[in-house]
Amino acid sequence: MDLHVIWFGLLGALLAGYAVLDGFDLGVGILHPLAKTDEERRIFVNAIGPLWDGNEVWLVTFGGALFAMFPEAYATVFSGFYLAFMLLLFGLIFRAVSLEFRGKIHSPRWRRFWDWSFFASSTVATVIFGVAVGNAIKGIPLDERGVYTGGFFDLLQPYPVLIGLLAVAVFAMHGSMFLHLKTEGEVNERLGPWLWHTWGVFLVLYLLATMYTLIAIPRATANLERAPWLAAVMVVNVIAIANIPRAIFRGRYGQAFLSSTATIVCMVLLFGMALFPNLVTASNDPALSWTIVNAASSEKTMKIGLLIVAIGMPFILAYTSVIYWTFRGKVVLDEHAY
Amino acid sequence: MDVVLLSRLQFALTVMFHYLFPPLTIGIGVVLVYLEGMYLRTRDPLYHSAAKFWTRIFALNFALGVATGIVMEFEFGTNWAVYSRFVGDVFGSALAAEGIFAFFLESGFLAVLVFGWNRVGPKMHFFSTVMVSLGSIFSSVWIVVANSWQQTPAGHHLVQMMRDGQPWFVNGEPVMRAEILDFWSLVFNPSTVHRLVHVWIGSFILGSFFIMSISAWYLLKRRHEEFAKRSFAGALTLGTVASLAAIVSGHFQAMNVYDTQPAKLAAFEAHYESGPGDLSLFGIPNDETQSVDFNLAVPGGLSFLVHESFDEPVLGLDAFRPDHRPPVAIPFFSYRVMIGLGTGFIVITLLASFLLWRGRLFDTRWLLWVFVFAVLGAVAANQMGWVAAEVGRQPWIVHPPMVVDPDGAPARDADGFVLYQSVDASLADGTERTMIAGLRTTDGVSEAVAADQVLISIIMFGLIYLLLFVLWLFVLDRKIKAGPEPPGDVPPTDRGLLEAAGALAGSVDSLTGSKGA
Repeated sequence: MDLHVIWFGLLGALLAGYAVLDGFDLGVGILHPLAKTDEERRIFVNAIGPLWDGNEVWLVTFGGALFAMFPEAYATVFSGFYLAFMLLLFGLIFRAVSLEFRGKIHSPRWRRFWDWSFFASSTVATVIFGVAVGNAIKGIPLDERGVYTGGFFDLLQPYPVLIGLLAVAVFAMHGSMFLHLKTEGEVNERLGPWLWHTWGVFLVLYLLATMYTLIAIPRATANLERAPWLAAVMVVNVIAIANIPRAIFRGRYGQAFLSSTATIVCMVLLFGMALFPNLVTASNDPALSWTIVNAASSEKTMKIGLLIVAIGMPFILAYTSVIYWTFRGKVVLDEHAY
Repeated sequence: MDVVLLSRLQFALTVMFHYLFPPLTIGIGVVLVYLEGMYLRTRDPLYHSAAKFWTRIFALNFALGVATGIVMEFEFGTNWAVYSRFVGDVFGSALAAEGIFAFFLESGFLAVLVFGWNRVGPKMHFFSTVMVSLGSIFSSVWIVVANSWQQTPAGHHLVQMMRDGQPWFVNGEPVMRAEILDFWSLVFNPSTVHRLVHVWIGSFILGSFFIMSISAWYLLKRRHEEFAKRSFAGALTLGTVASLAAIVSGHFQAMNVYDTQPAKLAAFEAHYESGPGDLSLFGIPNDETQSVDFNLAVPGGLSFLVHESFDEPVLGLDAFRPDHRPPVAIPFFSYRVMIGLGTGFIVITLLASFLLWRGRLFDTRWLLWVFVFAVLGAVAANQMGWVAAEVGRQPWIVHPPMVVDPDGAPARDADGFVLYQSVDASLADGTERTMIAGLRTTDGVSEAVAADQVLISIIMFGLIYLLLFVLWLFVLDRKIKAGPEPPGDVPPTDRGLLEAAGALAGSVDSLTGSKGA
């Protein structure tokens, strides 16, 4: 198989890993205001306490792999979305330190500040991820050198903003299911209705985004016409989304969480289908787009990268599984918790 | 202000703030491995409570290191897009390797290290500590490899980019980039090993001085004395060895700089004129007069250090084209501050070791006070070393390798200046152009980013980092005042991770520990 296609797939896998794993802990941040007491807030924070840092590494590695394998796409997107990505960085910084600092001082004002910061930073980061994906699907204006020629506010057109909201909805849904699994008692009961609320909001936005994409962005479905079997992804996606209320209704919350995981994976696959073979689509002239071929590093680098992945990935999957297994079960607030 | 200067300032600000934390993580990580290992061997509960205390401090530093580290990876793309396009094929591999080999390891096992005390047995906990420590060391390997390649590039060649199977021109100019030829030559480029060893030593110095600072404060306040004495003595051993090693490694590294980047060494030493070099101990470089004002120097000292002979000539800044010369003042001063501090570390660690041997260290209050504050010097020495290395690399973002004669001496161009390697590239109109095989910092900056955007982000970074710094000190201060828990209450269990996990009843299937269906 062609190295460029393999790396496109591997980047998709890293992005899917990130969206599934950091998706639930960003979702916990988005839902943080639902916790009413300090103990409940601690339960929320400690549900993701041991896990969020490792989850974020998927993003870091995605960024590193994009830099290494498709440097032109990395450089164009990161410099083109300058202010948006700075905002994203501030969001990620505040998220990390909110979690770390929040529990250190027993003062209501101190904790209120970090609670608010945890919520705001998680939400802002999620919106920016969605807006970035939306712009990638829609395409952005590039010059002859492949450099972004628009400004910050050109990124905030209706379609990308809709995808930004969709990202918030899907992570909130994913996070609510994760929290429901990790909690018990009163807070767990209070989360019950939110499984439905977040699913409902997600469904509405998902349908809106699908219609908008089908009508306004013909390029996004071009691959589907070329390879109709790809429609299987859409079918699986619909089944996964439909299975969520079924599983919740029957009290099979683990299955509901797996369904929302499948939903996110399918959405990343759809994103990849909309892009392929482009990485950055030039909205002004298709010939200026960065594709998996013209944006790529040399074959030698791609082979070295594959070797690194082949050596590293089995280890990563092994100890990530072991660590998730270690921290499974309901949240217990011991003296080492946040 | 122009976008290049602003982007440089932003990178300097963010990387210097970030670099408060990684050396602490590496240094304290090694100490944690030692403490937990000793606990497993001796079962002395004091080791256990010490490990728990330093783990809390380690976790705080680690979190800040992660939060500020992700900024660095983004900034290559956001602020230095042209640089990223130029080096991605080579430099990117090292960054990706860092993610896959290091970040997953340290972040994953950090969970067990910090939150797993009651979930796994001491052996598994020790294993996790070793993994976190290894992860932080792997991380330093890859990032130093990447940075060293910028200083002394190797294992690559410069080629014109292709587009749709054709050589690519923009405005008639060929688009050039570095492509990898030999991965191991990239990894072991001429300066990697010297710089990596020096970075590790710097980290051990900072980690040990950090621990000695807190321990000395406890000793002065007569609190947690048994704990503080043992921590201080252990850290002092590491600190003494590392301080002595730093000067040896520093000397070999300086030799390496002279062999590969002689303009940088000339800037370190304000050696304007080629010829026998004095070793300036103190002075103020004067670019106007091309000499050092108020110079207090060892005659021939520089020649001696470079060539082991007091009158051999040393390449000065005048051996380089004026637009190939680095600035002098910043490298000169930061290099001197680093060496001065390093010498100070040797003096105080040797003195403290002697007093410890004589049994008088913990009664020598003035020296303990010195150690309370010496950690600031260790921070400064680490930072100044990097400032000297990075400013001394200017005006290049990727330093071009030198051309050497068959006998190993630097080759000269037609005007008698030191000759850097170059490549021939053909322009769109068919004419040939010779280009230097490096990249200027001024050419590396993003085309899509305007100065006012960078100005906004610098102000934001400045405010946020100031807030983080104040809060970090505040929380650190609280943790130090709270002190370690009294030894005791050690869990008797000694089970492996899977066993411990398996003992937690009631969980079925999913990763998140749901009760499943």
